[in-house]
Amino acid sequence: MSRQPPREFVAPVQRFRIRYAKRGQLRFASHRDFQRAFERALRRAEVPMAYSAGFSPHPKISYANAAPTGTASEAEYLEIAVAEHCRADDLQTRIDTALPPGLDIVEVVEARTPDFVQRLEGSRWRIALPGVSPDAAQRAVTALLATHDVVVERLTKNGMRRVEVLPAVVDIAVTEGRAASVAESSETCAIMQVVLRQETPAVRPDDVLAALRSVADLAPQVPPQVTRESQGPLAEGGNAGGITIGDPLAADREA
Amino acid sequence: MAMAPESVFDRLEHLLPCVQKPIQYVGGEVNAVQSDWDAADVRWALMYPDAYEVGAPNQGVQILYEVLNEQPGVLCERTYAVWPDLEALMREHDVPQFTVDAHRPVGAFDLLGLSFSTELGYTNMLTALDLAGIPLMAADRVDGHPLVVAGGHAAFNPEPIADFIDAAVLGDGEQAVLALSDIVRDWKVAGHPGGRAGLLERIAKSGVAYVPSLYDVEYLADGRIRRVLPKLAGIPWRVAKHTLMDLDEWDYPRAPLVPLAETVHERMSVEIFRGCTRGCRFCQAGMITRPVRERSKAGIAAMVKRGLAATGYEEVGLLSLSSADHSEIAEVTTYLADCYSDSQTSLSLPSTRVDAFNVDLANELSRNGRRSGLTFAPEGGSERMRKVINKQVTEEDLIRTVATAYAAGWRQVKLYFMCGLPTETDDDVLQIARMAAEVIRVGREVSGRRDIRCTVSIGGFVPKPHTPFQWAAQLDHETTDARLALLRDRIRSNREYGKAIGIRYHDGKPGIIEGLLSRGDRRVGRVILEAWRAGARFDGWSEYFDFERWQSAASIALADEPVSLDWYTVREREHSEVLPWDHLDSGLDREWLWEDWQAAVDEEGVEDCRWTPCFDCGVCDQMGTQIQVGPTSVEMGMPTARGETGIPLSPRADSMA
Ligand code: B12
Ligand code: SF4
Repeated sequence: MSRQPPREFVAPVQRFRIRYAKRGQLRFASHRDFQRAFERALRRAEVPMAYSAGFSPHPKISYANAAPTGTASEAEYLEIAVAEHCRADDLQTRIDTALPPGLDIVEVVEARTPDFVQRLEGSRWRIALPGVSPDAAQRAVTALLATHDVVVERLTKNGMRRVEVLPAVVDIAVTEGRAASVAESSETCAIMQVVLRQETPAVRPDDVLAALRSVADLAPQVPPQVTRESQGPLAEGGNAGGITIGDPLAADREA
Repeated sequence: MAMAPESVFDRLEHLLPCVQKPIQYVGGEVNAVQSDWDAADVRWALMYPDAYEVGAPNQGVQILYEVLNEQPGVLCERTYAVWPDLEALMREHDVPQFTVDAHRPVGAFDLLGLSFSTELGYTNMLTALDLAGIPLMAADRVDGHPLVVAGGHAAFNPEPIADFIDAAVLGDGEQAVLALSDIVRDWKVAGHPGGRAGLLERIAKSGVAYVPSLYDVEYLADGRIRRVLPKLAGIPWRVAKHTLMDLDEWDYPRAPLVPLAETVHERMSVEIFRGCTRGCRFCQAGMITRPVRERSKAGIAAMVKRGLAATGYEEVGLLSLSSADHSEIAEVTTYLADCYSDSQTSLSLPSTRVDAFNVDLANELSRNGRRSGLTFAPEGGSERMRKVINKQVTEEDLIRTVATAYAAGWRQVKLYFMCGLPTETDDDVLQIARMAAEVIRVGREVSGRRDIRCTVSIGGFVPKPHTPFQWAAQLDHETTDARLALLRDRIRSNREYGKAIGIRYHDGKPGIIEGLLSRGDRRVGRVILEAWRAGARFDGWSEYFDFERWQSAASIALADEPVSLDWYTVREREHSEVLPWDHLDSGLDREWLWEDWQAAVDEEGVEDCRWTPCFDCGVCDQMGTQIQVGPTSVEMGMPTARGETGIPLSPRADSMA
């Protein structure tokens, strides 16, 4: 029997940038879990994807800065390339319907500008600390910001890695609120709003928590709940004159 | 009506950040069913007693989950074994065993069904019962505790777990779970007459399931069983297996589950037939699932099409005990391969048959892909051994087949064998080395390449109930290990071909414990309990399995008995001995099995009753069944019994055309 050549490259005609959320129980999905679920949803939704060439062709998808396993997110981004013309709003409903509830498509915008990933300069993380009072959290934050360099260790695929935390910290504010997914009856607790700059190697909310533990003995009994609230270009300003995070899709929407 | 139990997720949630792969405990699979607790009057928790990554793809559980949830008034959720890291946290924080669907406590369900494809899940059942707050011993359970029901292949000898389960279902589960649901509903509606005992009696009398507590086992002074007899009038002396007769009518799962967590099978499976009549004497699955019942080609095409649309999987596996044996497999694979030639979907056909036809099928399925590896299972190393086990393959067949494969561009051939088969000698196993070398020699010749490889994979033979080898002595683990060491040295010392031959095997110890659990009687329950108390969990995983723990559990638990670990495993049984499962009817005629055992020792084969006349194994007579094979008249793509069309298989194929 004759062997046929590897499949041809299915060329892209259009690209879309997608903002999606990872909510509630599904925050425990790892990035790989999300990738599999997303690719299967594309197939169920019959999105005419563009494919790479080769023996095992892959649909053309690029993922950016995925939030860590266990972290919820309102602002994850990816880009897909399609082989036939599509409409953004139509893609949004089709893919969202095909994804399991908890993995939700927030917005789909056609890509019209370059350098998207560079626009993802930083993220705002909401860290709820069940069982920790706002005062205790504020004291720990003040102590952390008063130090000069804090290095924490994190276990990665390539062994232990040392991460310098402070250079990435743009802003930390402490307020009072409720942990998002804990039962309603639960008490209020400290909520930290942390803005972290996207760096390599990435500094994650976990690293900030580890730094707070090492500098100020802040060790919550219950695991904190972390949500990425936004991601995008960093800018001065905002109501309190602090740092704001812009919408990374604005340029494409307006182009 | 009892209040709907609260979800335990709030309590579980804080524990998840501290465990490995938390997503496996979350559920959220595509096509999982959300059902209303209060609208149901019979509620099942179904468990595959192994890790989620192994249990979630299991077809048996997926089928029963769907069949039950479709039934008005019936609800079914799933639960899996939790790893020791979460188990410890659940104990510390008092979180019970939960379902992954709605995170309800397993103890709140009416029934807990366990699917045992292997005996190695028994200790995980005890963990789940304990975490669920269900008494481990069936005798200690009262009204309000779930009815614990075992199913799956291992349930054909449930005696070792007889003290822990309330009932066991033999054979196909589809109709049995519906019948059990009816019995439970009627009993609830009638106001629980007779309490838990009354329910068990109803089940036993119906013949739907075997209720071990309603049978007495008497022993002889030497430890053998004297007899097994029902305790009450109206309870069957022998309990028979269930056989589903029309796979096209039962086209489940219709919407297969797509887990978020990574599993061992990242593909969709379509079961293309049940049963196998090749008659390999070591194969329990082949013996207990007779007769062969094929799904029609139109039925297969419809399931593939619907399943892909419902799941988005990129690979479909055609599943059965010996997939190349489907009477219309060539048409099915060609048809499916044509349908997919434009899409990004691949097909796999797990088949290990040693013949050129099998290579043709594999070629067809890899039309567009890379030809990496092919697997064949001669099972026995020597010609003599293959006669003993009734694997009718000559060495010439094997060499010719692998030559065809290497010539067609396959680079790697895997060969499966067993070690420790009845009557086996060192020489029988050493023949594997010679055969593998010959495979490489011929492979280099026909392909003209030196980079071809052959991997020899060897499993230890464990005698199983309801097979002709149920009387055989299991080989002790010392001899198994010594034989495998000899084989390894023989292969490695071959200067010319040794480097091209890989060898994979496990030591003989786990097989001994599997043997104990397979052919044990009720006294083995004490060993299981003792081993579990000493920490036995996930016994199918080499990183958790501890032979010494089991050995000491056996000596403690059996100290006052005339029996031992060796007695259950390496001892040959005589014709007259009452076997622990003799009162459980797989349809096979005991005399036929004995004759087949004698024929094995005499190195005589039997044919396959699909192609040759019936050889009276007893199944069809006893069960009122018959073989169901093609050719079928309905063409693929034509409407099937359920009014589905089989064309086109890939939704993308037309949108991209
Ligand atoms: C896919 C597969 C695997 C996969 C996926 C496992 C999985 N979870 O499904 C992998 C590769 C991981 C695997 C591993 C193993 N497998 Co496997 N596997 C299979 C295979 C090919 C298909 C299973 C299947 O889905 N069957 C189809 C369904 C419909 O059948 P079923 O599960 O038996 O369910 C029906 C009934 O049994 C019953 N039923 C089942 N559960 C319950 C529960 C209740 C309450 C009730 C009432 C009824 C009921 O109702 C169902 C519908 O009728 C079978 C062969 C086969 N065709 O069955 C082998 C098979 C089940 N595996 C087998 C073995 C030995 C193993 C391993 C132990 C191998 C090893 N040495 O490591 C491991 C153990 C895994 C584990 N720890 O559980 C043997 C079992 C031997 C036997 N005694 O019959 C089989 C039969 C293969 C064989 N020919 O020997 N396996
Ligand atoms: S009774 Fe005859 S036809 Fe039926 S499975 Fe046995 S051998 Fe085959």
